[in-house]
Amino acid sequence: MLRPEVLHDHNELNDLAIDVSRIREDFPVLTTLVKGRPLVYLDNAATTQKPRSVIERICRYYESENANIHRGVHHLSMMATEAYESVREKVRAFINAREPREIVFVRGTTEAVNLVARTYGAVNVGPGDEVLITAMEHHSNIVPWQMLCEEKGARLRVIPITDRGELVLDAVPNLLSQRTKLVSITHISNALGTVNPVAEIIRLAHERGIPVLVDGAQAVAHMPVDVQELDCDFYAFSGHKIFGPTGIGVLYGRADLLEAIPPYQGGGDMIASVTFEKTTYNEIPYKFEAGTPNIAGAIGLGAALDYVQSVGLDKIARYENYLLKYATERLSSFDDIQIIGQAPEKAALISFNLHGIHPHDVGTILDQYGVAVRTGHHCAQPVMDRFGVPATVRASFAFYNTTHEIDVLVEALGKVREVFK
Amino acid sequence: MTASPDLRELYQEVIIDHTKRPRNFRRLDNADRKAHGVNPLCGDKVEVFVKMNGDVIDEVTFHGAGCSISTASASLMTQVLKGKTLAEAREIFEKFHDLVTGKAKDPDFQKKLGKLLVFSGVCEYPVRVKCATLPWHTLKAALEGEAEKTVSTE
Repeated sequence: MLRPEVLHDHNELNDLAIDVSRIREDFPVLTTLVKGRPLVYLDNAATTQKPRSVIERICRYYESENANIHRGVHHLSMMATEAYESVREKVRAFINAREPREIVFVRGTTEAVNLVARTYGAVNVGPGDEVLITAMEHHSNIVPWQMLCEEKGARLRVIPITDRGELVLDAVPNLLSQRTKLVSITHISNALGTVNPVAEIIRLAHERGIPVLVDGAQAVAHMPVDVQELDCDFYAFSGHKIFGPTGIGVLYGRADLLEAIPPYQGGGDMIASVTFEKTTYNEIPYKFEAGTPNIAGAIGLGAALDYVQSVGLDKIARYENYLLKYATERLSSFDDIQIIGQAPEKAALISFNLHGIHPHDVGTILDQYGVAVRTGHHCAQPVMDRFGVPATVRASFAFYNTTHEIDVLVEALGKVREVFK
Repeated sequence: MTASPDLRELYQEVIIDHTKRPRNFRRLDNADRKAHGVNPLCGDKVEVFVKMNGDVIDEVTFHGAGCSISTASASLMTQVLKGKTLAEAREIFEKFHDLVTGKAKDPDFQKKLGKLLVFSGVCEYPVRVKCATLPWHTLKAALEGEAEKTVSTE
């Protein structure tokens, strides 16, 4: 059975104690049995589990508030509009944007990056221009830029990484030039866990007048994010990685930038008026939200942000760091385990390999013991190539995980070795 | 934590043996048919080389990097197919495919598969079926292709 994970025996964590056994009760899926054993869910970087408050909020919306938003004059439509728009304000406050109109609802981080590539990129990137990314991007922050560069005759440039999995910051000034039209970097690497010095890179880019998009998919659920403090121009994240539903995400954009760029998709809601001769586009953020949006998703995201804030991101970050330390120590004690990504600033995620055993075999066997990890290239093939491995096993943690679950992982890894003995 | 009995059905001794000591694991310089196979989902890569003698597979080898299931599958495939005609090879592949996708439950049918029967546990692990069939799809591409071909299981 799980032992309660109240951290009162750790002085430094005294005032940041987190009652994990109580928190776990909020997540119905965590009581699932997998092959007769308690689920040990360590795949939080892929998607997070949903607290009951999120599930119930979505149910309540469909049971008693469902209607299309914005132009309705009837009671339900006004309720749905109010619920949807109130989440925009919630997201604004959550990432400390200046105004709610800087919050664009999208399907997820991938769509947010594509939106910027197809709008900002379409009018600002031309032949011979450059877009700068890093060597630790998820495919979703590589491919949209490759597509754009190919179309425009532009060039994709890449900030390299060290053997520990950190960005080579010294290389950045030389990679920024008059040709650089945009920098697009991940806040936290999904394959390595590295927390990047995005504020520093933003400063370097802004000195040269270059805007910066930050991919925050792995960050928002694990650390406080303040877009004004970062001074980023765009910030993207997905709802499902912050305990909300799939199919909803956020693109934050500075209001003046959003106003200056063309719309993304054409359709309903993104227009002010339409005739066959001319269409006038709606104001931001609606200019970027064509068609009926994911209303239930946005409302669910709002409930997820409420939940996260009720626990507190400072507490979450401290507790997850404690889990990371514990897991790193335990896994490092085995000679046959190679940890890939050893940056000093890391999120609670460990990519590793068990010597001589393919990650897929590790994953299949761990699953027999109820342990859910991700195996493969984590949509970051360039990172795998950089470290010369075809794939890794990735254990990624959330604040409902416990040190006991890490012990189960370690024990199950022993079983993997037994099979291949 | 006791070892799960299911696991031994997937990872049978023969499979572990072929993972650790794959047979016919080399490039074949004088191959007259070859193909690359990739499973983009897990990064498995396999190359299959075939030397024909008329209608008969004279020699078949493989090279590459993959998980235990795909490595052992490739290794056993090369052992089983040596000396078989193209028609026989095709038939064995079909039977093997039925076995790992759970369509071959009939014991009489299973008997015909000989040592390939060690893969009978794979059908319980749907996500691993592609690992087992990758070398076979690659072989098929090599046999059907003119000179060199690339296949993907996705």
